[in-house]
Amino acid sequence: MSGEIRLSRRRFLKYAAGAAGALVIGIGSVDAAERPVPLALLGDTWKQVGPYLRVAADGRVFIGVRDPDNGEGTATSLARIIAEEMDADWSRVVVEPLGLGVTVDNDKAKFLYGHQRSGDATSIPAAWADLRQAGALARWLLLQAAARRLGVPADQLRGEAGMAIAADGRRISYADLASTAAEIEAPATPPPLKAAERYQLIGQPAGDVDAHAVVTGSLAYACDDNIGDPVIAVLARCPYPGGTLDQADRDAASRLPGVHAVIDLTPEQGQPAGLAAQAPAIVVLASDTWTALSARAALKATWKPGPNVEPSAGTLEQQALNLFGDEQATPITVRNDGDVLATRKKAARALEATYVQPWVAHATAETPNCIVRLDPDTSITVIAATQAPLQVYSVVQRMTGLKPDQIDIRVPRGGGGFGRRLEADYVAEAVAIALAKKPDTIRNRPIKVMWTREDDLAHDYYRPMAVHRLNASLDKKKNIIGWHQRMASPSALVNRNVPDNRLWQSELVPDALPAGLVPNFRSDWYPLSSQLQRGEWRGSPHVTPTFASESFIDELAHSLKANPLDFRLALLGDARQLAYNGRGGPIDTGRLANVLKLAADKLDWSRWLRSENGLGIACAYVFGAYVAHAIEVAPTQDGVDILRVVVAADVGRVINPKGLEAQLQGATMDALSTALSLAITVKDGKVQQTGLRDYALSPTQPMPNEVETIIVPSTAEPAGASVVGVPSAAPALANAVFRATAVRVRRLPLLRELARLR
Amino acid sequence: MAQQGPTSPVPVPTAQDAHQPAPKPVREGIDLIVNDKRYRHTGDKAMPLLWYLRDVLRLTGAKYGCDQGDCGFCTVIVDGKAVASCQTKMEKLSGKRVTTVEGLADKDGKLHPVQQAWIDEDAIMCGFCQPGQIMAAVDLLSRQKNPSDADIDKIGNLCRCGSYGRIRKAIKRAADTLKKDGKA
Repeated sequence: MSGEIRLSRRRFLKYAAGAAGALVIGIGSVDAAERPVPLALLGDTWKQVGPYLRVAADGRVFIGVRDPDNGEGTATSLARIIAEEMDADWSRVVVEPLGLGVTVDNDKAKFLYGHQRSGDATSIPAAWADLRQAGALARWLLLQAAARRLGVPADQLRGEAGMAIAADGRRISYADLASTAAEIEAPATPPPLKAAERYQLIGQPAGDVDAHAVVTGSLAYACDDNIGDPVIAVLARCPYPGGTLDQADRDAASRLPGVHAVIDLTPEQGQPAGLAAQAPAIVVLASDTWTALSARAALKATWKPGPNVEPSAGTLEQQALNLFGDEQATPITVRNDGDVLATRKKAARALEATYVQPWVAHATAETPNCIVRLDPDTSITVIAATQAPLQVYSVVQRMTGLKPDQIDIRVPRGGGGFGRRLEADYVAEAVAIALAKKPDTIRNRPIKVMWTREDDLAHDYYRPMAVHRLNASLDKKKNIIGWHQRMASPSALVNRNVPDNRLWQSELVPDALPAGLVPNFRSDWYPLSSQLQRGEWRGSPHVTPTFASESFIDELAHSLKANPLDFRLALLGDARQLAYNGRGGPIDTGRLANVLKLAADKLDWSRWLRSENGLGIACAYVFGAYVAHAIEVAPTQDGVDILRVVVAADVGRVINPKGLEAQLQGATMDALSTALSLAITVKDGKVQQTGLRDYALSPTQPMPNEVETIIVPSTAEPAGASVVGVPSAAPALANAVFRATAVRVRRLPLLRELARLR
Repeated sequence: MAQQGPTSPVPVPTAQDAHQPAPKPVREGIDLIVNDKRYRHTGDKAMPLLWYLRDVLRLTGAKYGCDQGDCGFCTVIVDGKAVASCQTKMEKLSGKRVTTVEGLADKDGKLHPVQQAWIDEDAIMCGFCQPGQIMAAVDLLSRQKNPSDADIDKIGNLCRCGSYGRIRKAIKRAADTLKKDGKA
């Protein structure tokens, strides 16, 4: 037996059964271990700079990282940005993930830490905009303290690796200055930022701050946390969108030893997608995961489709083609320069191609899971990997009605995100179960919801399937004078409080190239209807459109017997800025041309015409970053072998080249393995894939042993890194496959289509 | 080994059986050694080792990924050989010696050369698959002192983040370290 008696909001008695019948009692304090801010970051010093950093008297510097790290490397790069500005000794820096920073201000929630989201490559740009100030203030205060101690003006002192150093060489460690610095009045205006020439950490390679904890198995992901000995919850969910329960043997499940309860869960109605549980479910609550899984199997739950049976992707594809052919259809035109239809009539040459891309899943390494500890009167603690702590908060607050300062959202490192963890459905499930009526024996125990891989593949927020039709008009001089692209997809923004005329925003980018390069340009989007849940997927508005446009540019080059690299460079033209109504703009065509040339050179592009292997190239502009892939493939009996993959990227100033390289390599592998083999398919109204055998992520063949990276040095504003390596990889592959096999693959996954066409 | 857990030797009475006589203490079970410590499992014999490690012993280094033995996240070493712990039932483990990633470093905390190589090559991204990758690499290097690329590919553990290139380098680096240590 063990338990807790709360003495007050912040103190509790803890008792537990000890050896030989003893009762062990201890007194705990919420302050000691239960605060949303990690203990190491607390302390009365450094109130001015919030929880981002604390200089301890022993010389360690604790840095709190506000954006979740699901493998993007934010824990390392955000901490480096702060450490750089304060001139910390990196070897003494301890990095702690911050939970959601929220407090009460005039009865309303006040969010303390600014940007707290890892998605769409936003973490680094946001950190660059404000986190440097935290470090700069720390340095300023420490140098003021040193000035007092040494009796010299502060402007004659500099910081270096955890030391304040005077012109005459005298030095005091930050540790010795910490307490004095805390007494110094904050400056009236923000202290100046460091000059880039003085950077010691930014631009230098750094290993992941969590590496030691990961390789020793001591890093606790959310699923590894066992706070308060949680009851394990496993759910049998309805696999049919809009479907209902047929039958289930609840008694058989309840009878298993270790099963505490079997309860029903009905998702809240009327909530936006991603902010409520997805599907009706039967919840098994058990002492451990194995028992819960066994009991779920014993339920033998069967389900019925709803009135509207989800169509297959083939049906949706046909709907798209019908829309493209229907002159009465009314797409949303997201950009319209000149007159593409008139241009087509007078063109010397016109080309058309249609590209079809399937539904795909995120399949994060760590399946969705969430721990909730609820004391209905006083507090709730939620432990979940998330990319969007604010989303988690809004779900928890709505469902519990608790006040902001009663809600503790903890965000440990997550096992992959890719957009899946922008959704909070799994949190809503856990909170609903915590709130549900349960037997007394478990009423006050925390709940840990665990998803299996089968659950994950059946209840993802999929990247929407998409059909693109592209038309190009060429004049007699082989210039592209007209470009008309039509896209049909089920928008990921449906049921998210987004007006109908904005639903395209998750699907495509109006100013994506070749917009701005072709005088008559039009981009139309047609909505398709589906009941599958949809969401963001690693740069998604750039991903399927870039496959279509960069494949099509290649087709145009081929039809003109032009080298596709030269053709692209000619299309980009002289280095100039193109207007770009979106994050990261304007587009600098020179920077894009540069990465194209770098990737091509590295692959020895001069072989393009003669090589028996296929060389392919593609490029993309992604949230302020410029990227190109050059790929070499060899045909094999039953497909292709990818021999080399080069990715060149210009992301502006590089915070951590080692981290950037990892992101580029990982995104490339992700994009290639997805393009080669992966599809989520719907049959008889439900998703067919149930495991990693039919959603086969493991790609050692035909993948190369390594992805070669080129990182362009730059002093431009830093862009995010985690998604930029995705969009151009798949078209570069398809373009290389065309050169190697003479088969143009316009339908993904590639290997299946290649086999069909050969 | 005062491990508290759902299948610990002292069953916790539930509401349903409160009126029934207390169960007798369990004296039989499956004895095994995990990271050099002895344990007795008295619960469901069909429980996979993965859930015994994670839920009963609270050794959470081995991760869940697929329950089909496909991803390799749950790889541990049983009697010197890598196994998918999600596919290994407790009933097969009587008298066996299990090593998890938590048991790799020596008593003073000095990392195993494979762990150190992972840090040196910065092979982790999200890190979730890496305890399994590391255990698979330890197994490979116990059989192959000079693993080829094909040997490494044969491991087949999934890395969703796509860190394969660095994992490959880390395995080769660890192989070099182990060879040097062997000579010394």
